[in-house]
Amino acid sequence: MEHAPGERIATGVPGPAPRAPAPDAAPRISVRDLDFFYGSNQALRRITIDLPDRRVTGMIGPSGCGKSTLLRVLNRMYDLYPGQRAEGEVWMDGENILSPSLDLNLLRSRVGMVFQKPTPFPMSIYENIAFGVRLHERLSRSEMAARVEWSLTRAALWDEVKDRLGSPAAGLSGGQQQRLCIARSIAVRPEVILLDEPTSALDPISTLKIEELIDELKRDFTIVIVTHNLQQAARCADQVAFFYLGELVEAGPAAQIFTAPKQRRTQEYITGRFG
Amino acid sequence: MPSNSLSEAAVLAGPARRRGHRFGDILFAGIAQASGLFVLGLLGAIILLLFLGALPAFRAEGARFLVSAAWNPVTDHYGALVSVYGTLVSSVLALLLAVPLAFGVAYCLTELAPGWARRPIGTAVELLAAVPSIIYGMWGFFQLGPWVAAHVQPVLTASLGRVPGIGAVFEAEPGNSSLFVAALVLAVMVLPFIAATMRDVFLTVPVMFKESAFGLGCTKWEVMRHIVLPYTRTAVVGGIMLGLGRALGETMAVTFVIGNTNRISASLFAPGNTIASLVALEFPEADQGSLHLSALLALGFLLFVISFVVLAVSRVLLRPRGRN
Repeated sequence: MEHAPGERIATGVPGPAPRAPAPDAAPRISVRDLDFFYGSNQALRRITIDLPDRRVTGMIGPSGCGKSTLLRVLNRMYDLYPGQRAEGEVWMDGENILSPSLDLNLLRSRVGMVFQKPTPFPMSIYENIAFGVRLHERLSRSEMAARVEWSLTRAALWDEVKDRLGSPAAGLSGGQQQRLCIARSIAVRPEVILLDEPTSALDPISTLKIEELIDELKRDFTIVIVTHNLQQAARCADQVAFFYLGELVEAGPAAQIFTAPKQRRTQEYITGRFG
Repeated sequence: MPSNSLSEAAVLAGPARRRGHRFGDILFAGIAQASGLFVLGLLGAIILLLFLGALPAFRAEGARFLVSAAWNPVTDHYGALVSVYGTLVSSVLALLLAVPLAFGVAYCLTELAPGWARRPIGTAVELLAAVPSIIYGMWGFFQLGPWVAAHVQPVLTASLGRVPGIGAVFEAEPGNSSLFVAALVLAVMVLPFIAATMRDVFLTVPVMFKESAFGLGCTKWEVMRHIVLPYTRTAVVGGIMLGLGRALGETMAVTFVIGNTNRISASLFAPGNTIASLVALEFPEADQGSLHLSALLALGFLLFVISFVVLAVSRVLLRPRGRN
């Protein structure tokens, strides 16, 4: 980690990536007429939705309705698998992220993702965070230490792990591991964080911590959360989008969706008639 | 009505059936247990007989058997050094050549190759394992040996052979047979085993781990280097040991290409011999009850011990891992 000062690209303790403050509810990502296919099987139909900057968008709907699929379009994760393809446009900072010429590694540093189950890497707590940072930035030892502390603090995990940063991440509890995964994604200073049912494998107390964390993180990050838990969407999300059979039935402010949905199917789903 | 009482009788006949059932159970358990014990006993008997047969040679030569380079049936002096050296050098060199290739094959099969290409490549690699070793021997003797002598050896001698310190390793030697050719043939022979093991353990890495790393912006190579390899490290080493075990004991192909000369040379292009090739060649000529025969059995015992240790280590490393 030794290099000339001139090589430094970034400092250790930053805010999120610097950018001009957006006017309220300006979209960070705009999805336009998105179709998605698993081979010949269409999983998303004509999805058009804006994800407002530094807000939480909750995606709800029954299993297999395309919520996770949409998430995997936003960081082009589907690209790993032959036979999966997206058609349409997804705009982010004036760039169509579906464009074949897009730098995938750069995109994924701007759009972080956390999965259903905690996935700590087989390395120490410290290395779990530093690993992702090193992929994109060259930091000195002290800058890296500051970055690790910053992201663990933001993920509300620092106090619990500061005395054992060198021990394996696998030794943490499930809830701690999931917060470590969140810390790992914010450490690379993304603009957007995708959460794919982040609490489905956690106990209620850990779930509560993660939800509080989401509320805290939306000051700096645009967050998209897929959840099967309607109460969770109501607690966390500013905007809620209801998906059914690959279609976006309705999207709107959380309060409106849960109290006065415009579509009958939304009404039926949130009142528990199906799902 | 008779049928009714008949079926009733059949139902009531339960106990008798049950006895037969239990007898079959006991018989089967007995046979299975006997088979298990038989294999154990067989292994023990082989070790014991090898050791007893080797005992005269161990007595006559003592510790010298391990460190002496002599192998002289005329003066009745025997040492294992040359063949142990040849065995280890050819096997280790084979691994050095095969492991990077096997890693490339496994990496390609799990990460890079498009779906339609994976099966044919995988099958081709597996078929390499099905080629009889005599075929490899003939290929090595008639094709590879002359080709190496004509094309590879001059290049290496002219380049690496001039480097001080390691130059002697690449010194030119006449003839088509050498440790180097043996190692090449062995490398091709162990490649499928190592590649198949690596591919299988790479596939055990949970998809979500890899996606997490991709999600951070890792390239395919970074995922392999930082996630897959650390996750599968012990199993990969286990697979390599499995290959080593096979290379150590390979007889036929090596006997064809190694030159069967009892001398140790620094040069990889010099002929030599291995334990297995020496035993295969001289066993038919050794007289019953002679010290010569005993020394060959002692070599066999040594090979057995070496292979056993290597295979045991690979078993331990390939144990399915528990949690993380």
